Amino acid sequence: MVSQLVFCLKILYICSDFSQNNKCLNMNLLVCVSKTPETTAKISFNDNDTAFNSDGVQYIMNPYDEWYALVRAVELKEKLGAGKVTIINVGPAANDTVIRKGLAIGADEAVRINMDPISALNTGFQIAEYAKANNFDVIFTGKETIDYNGAEVGAMIAEFMDLPYISFGTKLELNGNTATISRDIEGGEEVLDIATPFVVSAAKGMAEQRIPNMRGIMMAKRKPLNVVEPAAFTDNVKVVNYTLPAAKSSVKLVDPENMDELVRLLHEEAKII
Amino acid sequence: MSVLVFAESPGGKIKKAVLETVTYAAKTAAALGTDCIALTIGNTTDAGQLGKYGASKVYNVAGVSHFDSQMFTSIIAEAVQKTGADVVILTHSSSGKSLTGRLAARLNAGCVSGVNSLPDVSGGFKVKKNVFSGKAIAQYEINSPVKVLSVMGNSIPPEESGAAVEVEAMDTAIPASSITVKEVKTVDGVVPLPEAELVVSAGRGMKGPENWGIIEELANVLGATTASSRPVADMGWRPHHEHVGQTGVAIRPNLYIAIGISGAIQHLAGVNSSKVIVVINKDPEAPFFKAADYGVQGDLFDVVPRLIESFKKYKAANN
Ligand SMILES: Cc1cc2nc3c(=O)[nH]c(=O)nc-3n(C[C@H](O)[C@H](O)[C@H](O)COP(=O)(O)OP(=O)(O)OC[C@H]3O[C@@H](n4cnc5c(N)ncnc54)[C@H](O)[C@@H]3O)c2cc1C
Ligand SMILES: Nc1ncnc2c1ncn2[C@@H]1O[C@H](COP(=O)(O)O)[C@@H](O)[C@H]1O
Repeated sequence: MVSQLVFCLKILYICSDFSQNNKCLNMNLLVCVSKTPETTAKISFNDNDTAFNSDGVQYIMNPYDEWYALVRAVELKEKLGAGKVTIINVGPAANDTVIRKGLAIGADEAVRINMDPISALNTGFQIAEYAKANNFDVIFTGKETIDYNGAEVGAMIAEFMDLPYISFGTKLELNGNTATISRDIEGGEEVLDIATPFVVSAAKGMAEQRIPNMRGIMMAKRKPLNVVEPAAFTDNVKVVNYTLPAAKSSVKLVDPENMDELVRLLHEEAKII
Repeated sequence: MSVLVFAESPGGKIKKAVLETVTYAAKTAAALGTDCIALTIGNTTDAGQLGKYGASKVYNVAGVSHFDSQMFTSIIAEAVQKTGADVVILTHSSSGKSLTGRLAARLNAGCVSGVNSLPDVSGGFKVKKNVFSGKAIAQYEINSPVKVLSVMGNSIPPEESGAAVEVEAMDTAIPASSITVKEVKTVDGVVPLPEAELVVSAGRGMKGPENWGIIEELANVLGATTASSRPVADMGWRPHHEHVGQTGVAIRPNLYIAIGISGAIQHLAGVNSSKVIVVINKDPEAPFFKAADYGVQGDLFDVVPRLIESFKKYKAANN
């Protein structure tokens, strides 16, 4: 009895101590993951060049989301020995394969907001609506998606939730309720402290890519993937058409022995020096 | 109605990319038949010069010492209200990228980030940007009363169209910042990659980091910024902020010289918007030649030193 009581008190003590330092067992992390065409995919359009042609296109998880944001969240959880990593995607049921990969890498559960993402603002709004109701300490996004290259959604989530937003984090350490983050700025790096909760976008450097192992893949099948219907939102931006860039005229070869000629061409023909 | 341009000034300085943005804003305002108003935040040297690039008024909000997207969004949103702006324009820089989306959410505005040409206002409001890492161009239509854009660097040259103006103080509420900046490390003297007009880049063909002397010398002679392919950064031969491509920095300089880089599709995705591409590679089958304007088939260890000498000769003759 007495020893049990002492044990309990000890746990309580450790926890209260922890809660100042490491939020005992409670870091609740959300990672936003998007889907993009595989990097070598051939890009073409249909419906009179108004829609992306997805015929035969393989999809992957956006590399920034997978390699950096998700892996760092999983690492933080592993380091704390506690907490939960949830991944969220705004997309149709076809995205479930990409989401399962996130679970195989180490997320505990997944949420899919069931709609075709139309505008970044809509996506940011939907994620913020979900996150508001679920008390996350840190919300991660990737630096940008490699298809539409917006770098917008993270900032939008932060604004809809009235939270701080740190873009392009290259390092993130948690110390209790405070994070120390390094971020890329033009021509350099900034190091800052910020208290949770906040939104951060992950850039190269924040973590190392992880390849899911067999056990992860098996476990992913049993992890929850909750489908949530979207909240009402009116879009105010849409793509009206796509064009392909003008084809390059063929390369002009210059004799490797005659670099004066290359310099002359750059000066007189290309007029860039 | 007016066009408000946020002229960022990290470290108090207004860079060329921001002059491009102000030029873009002034031309947009002219197309809409309205005024272009510039806003600077924090201590800014020579903000009045923005008048030359087409701003009819320049406001400054003083008393801000560091960047915080939450704080800046509040200030800009208040300036939007005070100036009655319906188009808000930013630079697609690292701070611009953390403001564009925030501001759009705050103002319930349609936004397009990284636009690369002037809007088409001949019926609605349409803008274009590169998508799929430069493999296509998308035209967007924005339908909201307030619109937010960020302008991609090197999309439009800065153009002087007016005269410097007096900077006026704007009185706005400055919310407390939740960020404590502990350290800012910047490399002085080199133009950061996203702004660089001339870029010398090298890949795995260099064999090892010890051989980068010729790349640095070439960059020096040209006044260019250095870049690399991704494997080179992954192997730690070069710092990771130099890595260009689909998963690195996307650039659009006037001149991109690619040395010992094969030209994989993911690499091309980050550089194919460069105006002129020069490829130096010993393999005539290297895919990069297909994307190049000028090609040199040869051993980089012979070619690059010769190119350095030719540039030096050119410099000497043209100075
Ligand atoms: C999801 C994903 C994302 C990626 N993102 C990027 C990215 O953002 N950026 C990027 O760069 N890569 C990226 N990659 C990697 C990309 O696919 C290529 O592997 C990479 O670009 C190759 O780098 P490289 O050209 O330096 O090396 P290699 O492909 O090994 O090419 C070296 C070249 O040097 C030439 N060479 C060798 N010796 C000499 C010599 N003495 N003189 C002249 N030429 C010589 C060779 O002929 C060869 O063409 C990505 C890959 C994936 C799967
Ligand atoms: N449909 C989506 N579902 C979930 N997260 C998304 C979605 N689209 C974008 N994101 C997140 O927002 C980041 C920036 O996206 P973007 O603003 O589109 O460049 C991505 O790296 C993702 O982390």
